[in-house]
Amino acid sequence: MAAQTTSFVIDLPERASRGLWRDALGRLTRNRPAMLGLAFIALFVFTAVFAPLIAPFDPAVGNIAASKQPPSWQHLMGTDLLGRDEFSRVVYGARVSLVVGVVAVFFGLVVGISLGALAGGMGGRVDTVLMRVTDVLLAVPGILLAIGIVAWLGQGQVQIMLAVGIAYAPMFARLLRGSLLGLKEADFATAARSEGATPTRILLRHLMPNALTPLIVAATLAMATAIIDVAGLGFLGLGPGDPRVAEWGEMLTDSARFLQSAPYLILFPGIAIVVSAIGFNLLGDGLRESIDPRLKR
Amino acid sequence: MARFIVRRVLGAIPVLFGLSIILFLFLRLLPGDPAVAILGQHATPELTAQIHATLGLDRPLYVQYLNYMGQLLQGNFGSSFVDGRAVTATFALRFPVTVELTLGALAFAVGLGIPLGRLAARHPNSWIDGLVTVISLLGISIPIFVLGYTLVFVFAVQLHWLPALGPSDPRLNVPSVTHFPIFDAILTGQPRAVLDSFTHLILPAIALGSIPLAIITRITRASVIDVNNEDYVRTARAKGLKSRRVDDRHIMRNAWLPVITVIGLQVGSLLAGAVLTETVFGWPGVGSWVVTSIQNHDYIVVQSLILIFAVIFLVVNLVVDIGYAFLNPRIRYS
Repeated sequence: MAAQTTSFVIDLPERASRGLWRDALGRLTRNRPAMLGLAFIALFVFTAVFAPLIAPFDPAVGNIAASKQPPSWQHLMGTDLLGRDEFSRVVYGARVSLVVGVVAVFFGLVVGISLGALAGGMGGRVDTVLMRVTDVLLAVPGILLAIGIVAWLGQGQVQIMLAVGIAYAPMFARLLRGSLLGLKEADFATAARSEGATPTRILLRHLMPNALTPLIVAATLAMATAIIDVAGLGFLGLGPGDPRVAEWGEMLTDSARFLQSAPYLILFPGIAIVVSAIGFNLLGDGLRESIDPRLKR
Repeated sequence: MARFIVRRVLGAIPVLFGLSIILFLFLRLLPGDPAVAILGQHATPELTAQIHATLGLDRPLYVQYLNYMGQLLQGNFGSSFVDGRAVTATFALRFPVTVELTLGALAFAVGLGIPLGRLAARHPNSWIDGLVTVISLLGISIPIFVLGYTLVFVFAVQLHWLPALGPSDPRLNVPSVTHFPIFDAILTGQPRAVLDSFTHLILPAIALGSIPLAIITRITRASVIDVNNEDYVRTARAKGLKSRRVDDRHIMRNAWLPVITVIGLQVGSLLAGAVLTETVFGWPGVGSWVVTSIQNHDYIVVQSLILIFAVIFLVVNLVVDIGYAFLNPRIRYS
C-alpha cells in the first residue's frame, strides 16, 4: 500500500523517507479519534504498570463478611462474592490483558512475518506450500483455534499467549506476502536488482521496510481483538486458571450468576475490556489513515 | 461457469485434507494423554495401555492417521468419552439450534448493516456518518459476552420485555421434531409458541450479530463511496437519472460485490461467536457443546467440532465465491 509513496523517493532518499514518517506522524496527531484512542491506551498501560500503586486493596485477599457490597467510597466498584475489592481486581486485570495481549500479538507477528517473508520472498514452491498451510489455519475461526489450543495445552498465561498468537499468525503472513508480491514489481526493486543486489538483500533492505507498514496497522488492530479474545477465553473457563490472578473475562464469568443482585460486577470489568479495545481500534484506524492518506475520505 | 465451480471445489479438497492432518497431529503430538483424561485418578499403567489399544494409540502414527481418515470418510467422527454417544448423533440434535441463532444474527447484521452503511455513504463526514462510525466501532470493541449480559440486564432483568434464557419457554412443551426451535414452534400451530420462540431469538441474535453488523456497515459504506466516485456514476447523474435509480442500478449493483464477500467471511466469526453467545444465553447448540466438552476434557468431541466448523466455513465461502463469480463475470474468466 505504501508502494506509491516511495515512487518520488529518487533524489534524496534519506530525507524523503524521514519526511514520509514525519508526515504520517503529523497526520496522526491531528487525527482526533486516534488521539482519543491513544489516551485510552495510555490509561490502560498506566493502570497495568502502576497497578500496585493504584489499587487500594490486595486483589487476591477478600473479606467474606463484606461479600457483594455495592459501590461505595471505600470500594469504588463494590466487592465480589469473596469480598475482594472489585476496583483493585479491575486494575490488576489490566496487567494480565496487557502482558498476554502484547506477547500474543508479538508472537503472532514473529511467526507471521517469518512465514510471510519466506513465502513472498522466495515464491515458487515454498510460497505455494506455505500459503496452503495458512489457508488451512485461516479456515478455523481465530478464537476457535485458540480455544482448541488452550484446551490441549492446558490452562495458563503462557498457553493463552501461544494460542492467541498462533491464531493470528496466518493473517499476518498473508498480509506481508501480499504486500511483498506487490512491491517486487515496484521500480525501486527492479533498480536494486539491476544494480546486482542479491535476492536476500533486496528482500531485507528494500522490500521488507516498505511491506511492514500495513503490518503495524494490523498489529494495532489485532491488539484490540487479542484483549477481547483473551477475555473470551477467561469467560469460557480457559483463563489463566490461577484464582489469585484477576482476569477480566474470568471476573465476568464468576459474577454472571449475580447479574440481578450485583450487576456492577459485570459492568466494571466489561467497561475495562471495551475501553482498551476501543483504544486500539481507534489508534489502528488512525494509523492506517495517516500512513496511507488516500484512505481518508 | 461450470469449469469455475469445478476448479473451486477441487481447490477446497487439499485444504480439508491439510486440516485433517494438522488436527490429527495436534491431537497426537501435543502433551496430554486421552487415556489419562478418560481415567483421571484411576489411571494405572494396565488400564492406560488397555485404553491405548482400544483407541489404536499403540500403532504407528501413519496407521493411526489412515484409520482416522478412513473413519472420517465414512462419516464417523468418533464418540464422546463422557456419554459414549456418536458425535454425529449429538451434532444432529444441536446443530439446528446453532443454525437458527446464526441466521438470526446474520439477518440482524445484514438487515441493519447495509442500510446503515448506505446512509453513512450518502452523507459522508456528516453527523450521521459519525454516528454510524461510532456504532460500528462499538460493535467491534464490545465482546459478545459483555454485550450479551448488558442486553439481558436491561431488557430481561430491568424492563422484563424479552426472555433471557434458552431458545424457547420450556413450559410451552413444544415437541422437538425438526430441532429448529422456530420451526418446531410453527409446527405446533400455536401463535403463542411461535411468538415465544421469536422473542427468545432477539437478544442472542443482537449479541452475536454485533461484530458482523459493524464489519458489514463499514464495508458497505466504503464500497458505496468507492463506486460513487466512478465516472459512470457521474455520467448517470449528469444525464439526469433520478438519484434513486442511480443508487439502485449503478451504485449498488457494483457496490454489492465486496459486501457479499465480507458477509461470507462473517460465517466463521458467527460460528466462533456462537460458542460465547450460547454460553451466555443458555442455548443447547453446538457452541455450548464445545464449552462443556472442553470442561469435561472430551477431546474427541472438541477436535471433531473444530473440524466440522472449518468444513462449514470452507463450504460457505465456496458458495459465496461461486455466487460472486455468478454476479461478476470478470472473476469467472480470470
